[in-house]
Amino acid sequence: MNTSEIRAVALATLLSIAPEVEADELRGDRPLRSQVDLDSMDWLNFLLGLHEKLKVEIPEADYARLVTLDDVVAYLQRKLAAQ
Amino acid sequence: MIQFKLPALGSDMDEGTLLEWKVGVGDTVKKGQVVAIVDTSKAAVDIESWQEGTVHQLIAEPGQKMPVGTVMATLLEAGEAAPAGVGAGAAAPAPAPPATPAAAPAPRRMISPAARKHAAEKGIDLDRVTGSGPHGAVTLDDVERAAAAAAVTAEPPAAAPGPGKPVDRTADMRRTIAAAMSRSKREIPHYYVAEDIPLAKALAWLQAANAARPMAERLLPAALLLKAVALGLQRYPELNGYWRDGEFQAEQAIHLGVAISLRQGGLIAPALLDAGSKTLTQLMQELTDLVKRTRAASLRSSEMSRATVTVTNLGDQGSQAVFGVITPPQVALVGFGRVAERPWAEDGGLKVLPVVTASLAADHRVSDGHRGALFLRELNDLLQRPEELEK
Repeated sequence: MNTSEIRAVALATLLSIAPEVEADELRGDRPLRSQVDLDSMDWLNFLLGLHEKLKVEIPEADYARLVTLDDVVAYLQRKLAAQ
Repeated sequence: MIQFKLPALGSDMDEGTLLEWKVGVGDTVKKGQVVAIVDTSKAAVDIESWQEGTVHQLIAEPGQKMPVGTVMATLLEAGEAAPAGVGAGAAAPAPAPPATPAAAPAPRRMISPAARKHAAEKGIDLDRVTGSGPHGAVTLDDVERAAAAAAVTAEPPAAAPGPGKPVDRTADMRRTIAAAMSRSKREIPHYYVAEDIPLAKALAWLQAANAARPMAERLLPAALLLKAVALGLQRYPELNGYWRDGEFQAEQAIHLGVAISLRQGGLIAPALLDAGSKTLTQLMQELTDLVKRTRAASLRSSEMSRATVTVTNLGDQGSQAVFGVITPPQVALVGFGRVAERPWAEDGGLKVLPVVTASLAADHRVSDGHRGALFLRELNDLLQRPEELEK
């Protein structure tokens, strides 16, 4: 799975939680949660959605590293490559 | 004869619109069974019956708007015979039931908040929009397609029969919240107390617990906070109940109204029932389910009407502290600000710890600041022993 495919999965997962989001307006290098107004429950559901779609385990200890959409995509890419 | 009336689903509800009956004439109704779906200004709510009986007559019709307290149906008690001339029941199937409308009652629809908001903005009648989402849910895309089609054909969007004017639920909800909060500030003499609570132990415990759990079963700090509130209230009953008819009525059960913000604006505070008796895992599952159903506008009447106290949790995107407005006829609201690292003085030293500011807004007609402060201290103590909150 390449970067743009992973990004597409991440955006689709995000839109299922925050359907009002305009994907084109999201900045990949800015903190995702402040752009989209995701509370902790939304964030957990977002990560859970990624886990279910990509079969990637995301330990809670890694949450702090996942700040921007770019962070999330890069993290998932590393995880998928390691599988 | 039992009269089934439209219940008040919270103090801020004056009226509702029957969307659908879930029972028919002659059906047996058990306690807790959903018998109807009613649209309020906040959500479509499953209305449960708290009495048992056999449906004798369905008086209200789908689409009918009615004030709280309106008799919607009549039920026969066990062994009760139908009144002469107005028969119903298994042997005499509905001699005069309300005529089924020519168009059958619309099945309950799932509509995403964004879709609902967009439809209101564009004047799109959601009844005419075909949903393409899961279980036929109406999505933002569906509304946009409908809006585009309406623009092309230049047809008036509300040409369908029935109430043509689109409901602006956001505006309705704002009005409802305004009425309830104005009443609260007008009638309830609030007092406020606050306490900074270190959460190092609680979060460390949570992290260890979550490490051993699959992703779908991980706990959020909110579950710990809610459980601590429920247990703390057991020792401060004057904060759990209602002010009615000029006096306080304590409630035995602790049903936590959880303030849930909606993505399109506004909030609803449905209840986590019997929160004190639930394990953390149960509370987390029920909280997840409640948030999901609240945002999908799919709640039950017991959740909407039975909260005995409200908890508002700003979460990690919120402010440091919140001092809430009590939801009448409740007498207290517990607030949590953002959990954040702060300097913490202890044992003559200074360290950095995760801290949350817990606050209490309470009704001075029922309790005093001293007791309120003791409750927050109790909350603090409970959160220093997180392992005891699990049970």
